[in-house]
Amino acid sequence: MTDQGPLLDVENLWVRFRSRAGMFEAVRGVSFTLGRERLGIVGESGSGKSMTGRALLRLIRPPGFVEADRMSLHGEDILQASETRMRQLRGGRISMIMQDPKFSLNPVMTVGQQMVEALRAHEKVTKAQARTRAIEMLDEVAIREPERVYDLYPHEVSGGMGQRIMIAMMLLPNPEILIADEPTSALDVSVQLQVLDIMDKLVRDRGMGLIFISHDLNLVAKFCDRIVIMYAGRIVETCKASELRQAKHPYTLGLLNSVPDLEHPRERLDVLARDPAWREAPSVSARQ
Amino acid sequence: MTAISVRDLNVWFGSGAARSDAVLDVSFDVAEGEIFGLVGESGSGKSTILRAISGLVPTWSGTMTVAGETLGKRRSQSFYSKVQMVFQDPYASLHPRHTVDRLLSETMRLHGIRDVDDRIVQLLGDVGLGAGFRFRYPHQLSGGQRQRVAIARALASNPAILLLDEPTSALDVSVQAEILNLLSDLQRAHRLTYIMVSHDLGVVGHLCSRIAVMKDGRIVEVLGVSEMRQLQAQDPYTRKLLASSVHSIR
Repeated sequence: MTDQGPLLDVENLWVRFRSRAGMFEAVRGVSFTLGRERLGIVGESGSGKSMTGRALLRLIRPPGFVEADRMSLHGEDILQASETRMRQLRGGRISMIMQDPKFSLNPVMTVGQQMVEALRAHEKVTKAQARTRAIEMLDEVAIREPERVYDLYPHEVSGGMGQRIMIAMMLLPNPEILIADEPTSALDVSVQLQVLDIMDKLVRDRGMGLIFISHDLNLVAKFCDRIVIMYAGRIVETCKASELRQAKHPYTLGLLNSVPDLEHPRERLDVLARDPAWREAPSVSARQ
Repeated sequence: MTAISVRDLNVWFGSGAARSDAVLDVSFDVAEGEIFGLVGESGSGKSTILRAISGLVPTWSGTMTVAGETLGKRRSQSFYSKVQMVFQDPYASLHPRHTVDRLLSETMRLHGIRDVDDRIVQLLGDVGLGAGFRFRYPHQLSGGQRQRVAIARALASNPAILLLDEPTSALDVSVQAEILNLLSDLQRAHRLTYIMVSHDLGVVGHLCSRIAVMKDGRIVEVLGVSEMRQLQAQDPYTRKLLASSVHSIR
C-alpha cells in the first residue's frame, strides 16, 4: 500500500434511475477526491448526497445505475470490480454508518454476535480472538461494561449507544474509509456531540478518510476539514471548513442563514429563494 | 388571561409492576397569545404532556384548565375546536389516500363548519399554498408542503391554541425556516397560543418566549428566552443542554 495519491478518486459520477416518467438523474457529474482527511458532503434532501455515498460502495440497485469516468480506490477501479471483490471491499476497506441504529443493527442477533460476524467476514481470526477484539472496540467507543453490552440485543440499548456500537462494528475490520450518512440525525442533541467526538477521535487516530454526509452545515463545518455543498445532484461549491464563513454561493449562504441561532436571534429566518440557474450550472470539481 | 393552566399533572402508562411514570408533578401556566416551549431529551415526557392535554392519553391525574374549560375524562366538542395539534412527521400524519380537499373538508364537517368551499381556499392561502394544491394527494407534495397542509388542518376549526409536537424536526433546515416563519406569522395574525415541543434549542429559542426544560418526566427549570440566550441557567442539566446545543452550532 502506498500513501501517494488520494484514497478515493471520483471523476464525473452519475447516478440515474430509469422510471416510467423517463430518466431521473440523482447525481449529475460529481468529481472529488478523498485523502486521509475528513470530507463533508452537505445538501438538502434530494440533493444527491446520500446517493453519492451509496454509489461509492456500489449499493445502488436497479432500476438505478452508476456511471463515472473514474471511480478508484487506491488506483483500483471499483466501477468494474466483480461483486465478489466488492464484498471484500465493503466493510473491509470502506465502511458505512447509516442514519438510524434501530434499522441498521440486526434485531435478532446480540451485539457481540453481529460484531464478530462482521469481523470474521473480512479477517481470518478465531472466535475467541474476535470476541476479545470486539470487546476492546466497544470499550474504545466509550461503552461502559463492554462484556455486558456484548451479550445484549439491539432493542436493549439506547439510540446513542446503538450508534456507538455501529461505529465499533464498522471500525473493527480496520477500514481505510468511513462513510457516515447522517450518523447522528436520529439521536438527541445531548448525545450527538458525544457520538461525533468518538467517531472523530477514532478516525483521526487511525489516519482514516472520512466522508461525513449531513444536512447540517454547521455540524459538518465543525467536524470536517473540507466541505462539498451539493444541490440538485451537482456540487455548487467546495471550500475548507475553516473558510465556510467566506462562502460565496447563494445556496450555501441560504443554508447558513436559515438555521435559527440561539445567541443571535432574528425576527424572521431567511428563506432560500431557489434560482433555476443553480441547477444548470456545471458541477464544481472537488478534486485535489 | 391564562390560556392553559396545568397543576400537578401526572401521566403514567401500564399498571402494577409494569407501570411507568412518564410525567411527574408538572405544573405550568401559559398566557393567552404566548408561545411556550417544552424541551428535553427523548423520553423526558415532553410530548406526553401535549398528548395528555389533547386527550390522547387517558391515564392522567391532576388539574388541567384549557381555554376556560377544566378538563375531565371526556372533553366537549368545543374543546376540540379550540385546541388543535400538529404532529412531527407530515409523512405519517396525513391520510395517504385522501386529497388535501377531502382531508380539510372532513375536518370541517366534524366541526360543523358550513361554507367548506370558501374556507378551504382561504386556509390554503393562509398557509401559503394556494388553491392549486387543493386536489393533490400527500405523495404529490414535498415535506414542507405536507406540514403546511397539516397546519391548515389544525387551523380549520379556528382554534385558539395549537399544540406543536416537533413540527419541523422531520424537515430540512431551509424548509424548517419557512415553516417557523409561517408559524410566527399565523400566531400574530390569529392571536394564537402555542405550546411547542422540540429537542432543538435553536428552534425553541427562535419562537418561544418562555421555555420549560424537562428531564425524566419533571420540569427542572422554566426560563425566559433572554436568560436562555445569555446561557444563564440555574439548573446543571439545563446548562449542559445549552452548552451542547451551542457547541454543536459552532
